[in-house]
Amino acid sequence: MTELVSGTGEPTAAGPVPAAPGAEPSVARVSQWTDIRHRFFANKLAVVGLAIITVLILVAIFAPLLAPHDPLKQDLTQTLQSPGGAHWLGTDALGRDQLSRLIYGSRIAVIVGMASILVALVIGVTLGALAGYYGRWVDTVIMRVADVFFAFPLLIGAIVIILLMGRGVLPVVLSLGIFTWATFARLLRSQVLSVREMDFVHAAKALGAGQGRIIRKHILPNSLTSVLVYGTSNVGIAIVAEASLSYLGVGVDPEVAEWGNMISAGRNFMGVKDFMWTYPSLAIVITALGFILLGNGLRDALDPKMR
Amino acid sequence: MGRYVVRRLGQLVVVVLGATMILFACLFVLPGDPVGQIAGSDKARDPAVIEQLHKQYGLDKPLVVQYGTYVGKLVTGDLGTDYTQSRPVTEILGPKLENTAKLAVAAIIIDIVIGISVGVLAAMRRYSIWDVSATFITTLAIGVPSIVLGMIMQRVFVIELDWFPLIAGDSFEGIILPAFTLAIIDAALVAQLARSTMLEVLRADYVKTAVAKGLPRRTVLTRHILRNSVIPVITYLGISFGGLLGGAIITETIFNWNGIGLALIQAIQQNNNPIIVGVVTIGVAVFVVLNLVVDLLYAALDPRIRLA
Amino acid sequence: MSRTPVTKHDEGDGMTSLEMAPTDAGADGAAPLLEVRDLHVEFAVRDSVTKAVNGVNYSVSAGETLAVLGESGSGKSVTAQAIMGILDSPPGRIAKGEIFFQGQDILRLSEGERRKLRGAKMAMIFQDALSSLNPVLSVGFQLGEMFRVHQGMSRKDSKAKAIELMDRVRIPAAAQRVGDYPHQFSGGMRQRIMIAMALALEPDLIIADEPTTALDVTVQAQVMDLLAELQREYNMGLILITHDLGVVADVADKIAVMYAGRIVETAPVHELYKRPAHPYTKGLLESIPRLDHKGQELYAIKGLPPNLQAIPPGCAFNPRCAMAQDVCRTDVPPLVPVTELDGTELPGRHSACHFWKETIHG
Repeated sequence: MTELVSGTGEPTAAGPVPAAPGAEPSVARVSQWTDIRHRFFANKLAVVGLAIITVLILVAIFAPLLAPHDPLKQDLTQTLQSPGGAHWLGTDALGRDQLSRLIYGSRIAVIVGMASILVALVIGVTLGALAGYYGRWVDTVIMRVADVFFAFPLLIGAIVIILLMGRGVLPVVLSLGIFTWATFARLLRSQVLSVREMDFVHAAKALGAGQGRIIRKHILPNSLTSVLVYGTSNVGIAIVAEASLSYLGVGVDPEVAEWGNMISAGRNFMGVKDFMWTYPSLAIVITALGFILLGNGLRDALDPKMR
Repeated sequence: MGRYVVRRLGQLVVVVLGATMILFACLFVLPGDPVGQIAGSDKARDPAVIEQLHKQYGLDKPLVVQYGTYVGKLVTGDLGTDYTQSRPVTEILGPKLENTAKLAVAAIIIDIVIGISVGVLAAMRRYSIWDVSATFITTLAIGVPSIVLGMIMQRVFVIELDWFPLIAGDSFEGIILPAFTLAIIDAALVAQLARSTMLEVLRADYVKTAVAKGLPRRTVLTRHILRNSVIPVITYLGISFGGLLGGAIITETIFNWNGIGLALIQAIQQNNNPIIVGVVTIGVAVFVVLNLVVDLLYAALDPRIRLA
Repeated sequence: MSRTPVTKHDEGDGMTSLEMAPTDAGADGAAPLLEVRDLHVEFAVRDSVTKAVNGVNYSVSAGETLAVLGESGSGKSVTAQAIMGILDSPPGRIAKGEIFFQGQDILRLSEGERRKLRGAKMAMIFQDALSSLNPVLSVGFQLGEMFRVHQGMSRKDSKAKAIELMDRVRIPAAAQRVGDYPHQFSGGMRQRIMIAMALALEPDLIIADEPTTALDVTVQAQVMDLLAELQREYNMGLILITHDLGVVADVADKIAVMYAGRIVETAPVHELYKRPAHPYTKGLLESIPRLDHKGQELYAIKGLPPNLQAIPPGCAFNPRCAMAQDVCRTDVPPLVPVTELDGTELPGRHSACHFWKETIHG
């Protein structure tokens, strides 16, 4: 039977193994951040994730320099060219250069991914901090609203908002932000609840600091770490959601150089011109994996217990 | 318990009404005439026909009255009449809802079967080649979005191998690809969750107690380990239902599965507002009811949960 | 099921370990109920080996209470888990030794035979009843499970048995509470349920691993009294594992003190309190707050418990011992009989200290 109990890898039955007597107390005093950084960079997959994201952001910034052609320029004499020659990744049905569209597509991904998480963070952190700090009915109301948003199907919610606002980058950013803030609010609230009871907050209160000041100067800096980590790993989810919306025809405008649009355009040529959808698909998968690896790495580095 | 259900049902009504009210108000003041399309092309557009259509659909009345009428009908289970076919929305969406339900159930079954068995096996053979491959494959699976997975499935199994129809419709063989596409990410997440909870449960003191009681290995596994490991998974599946409804829109569109997700996308392309509002209303209602069911199930599985 | 590695019985070592063994077989001289001989348990994790138990010998007779005393990491719980056959293995494994239970070396039994002993012939009470009871099954179910699994009893009969057991450990309104879940009981009541579960099949041996540590002080005494009373009634052997000298004074017959996986001293309980024969025991006794020593500074043993992956050579206690000499840093002190200065034997007394004479008589 013990095999069932076993496999935990730790000698639990031996009781806590005492620390080596030689352990220097000063070593443990090294700043928390140095520790986290060491753990992060010791994790190869996390570094791979970081590298992918770095490349993605660089490509987005330097898109005009990297792209061989104008991603929007149509050339009806050069439609549906297979990869090779002047168009390394071929052209689409309107003769637009696929590689250039792919490169410019990274801009939409990065902008929408980051901006939508920023919107969610701003809403979530504000409401979560208010709920956690003030408690009582403020807490009840905010968290009930958060429950509804937390549970609401992201894609359906986003489609509704976009129907109301029309297609485009801004509606996509707002709709994704509006339907993802609830998790951040919950996370921050629980953090605030634990920080609120710590001695230094009581001390600040006793010294007559105002509530707004206590929240801003004392509680938020101590609560934000985990929220930021969670936010980072969620950028990938936002990018995938954005591409899915565009794929369905309810995201950014169809002529915009964007990965979901490209896959959608390639759908009509499946089996005939597969390069039209396979490259943008690859771009999305690599980006999504990059953020997953980065997020996992950050999580493990922050809390080594959660493996 | 009874009071809890009643209160949750009350919440359900509020959420559904709130969502439809916002949607309704905005959709119907949008620029562009919803009946324009059915009144024929621009040249042939006859003002008299349009006015008659407006009257027929009640579009000439103030918005508040329109919404009041809508809600009044909603209570009796009437979602209004659609613009393109002049048929009751419920009649159009009924069979489609059934198809989406089939798809969702198939996906959940795949999630449970694949997710739990992979997670449990990985936990029981921790650090083995099976465990490592499971971690690798599930991480990869989470990174492949439904739109990409769907395209790949269609390319391989429909275009190349010709095993499944291009238009899935509501046929039995048609459900397989969309169900797997819809399920795979959640199955991977369930596997990871099942693995980590199982590892935690294996370490729990009460498992040691069960062994010390002299229970046979199988009894310890099924009664004391699996049951406790499954509770977080059930919770996760409940939460993931929202994503499943959203994901159904993608998979139904890719594989032409004749459900309400496909209906929604088509209605958006046709400005068919009654269908859009109908799908969202149904989606929200189904979603809230299912959440309630999951909460009750959760309370039934874990006596420590008190519904309040 | 663990295929507990049954190590080859080392013939050469057998005699010496027996000589060293404090196996004074009960007052009447009959064979003891349980006898642990030269037990070694290791935990191999990745590339390091933790030696949790390093040659433990002890015995318990029917109706007798042995208290095993030690800090966490001293190997007292691991020894108990090895006896029960519930070690986490891997990584844990019995590297050497024998465990005789009712005359039979149970390490040589198949896992199926071991399982039949567990719960029926030997039972264990754990420290934290809240985490040791399954949170999603009713206490009645968990109690009844003993009868259903070991005796093939029906659900209905086993429920009646469960109520009877709950009555036996004095849980009020047992019939109404049999369907309740562990979290609905108080800490003391939960520990009573653990005791009831261990007693269910009237085993011959009970191992109680820190049974009162998680409880309030007022409840501790009640639970301890109940346990002692039931032990007398059923004439069971009881191994009481604890780090708390206060708990054992009233209930134990004899004490084995463990340090770094070894027994460093054994003695009848009252003699140990009066005259410890090992510096570690002495330190433990001096660190108990006592009413009659009011105002004096409380003593604490200096230093940390040893790292089990790198136990110091010689006597494991030497880095913390005020009496340590060179010999203590090189030679492992054997567990030897303790005598009066004139050589009169002290029955049941052993010490593993090079300077036991100085400790007990000086």
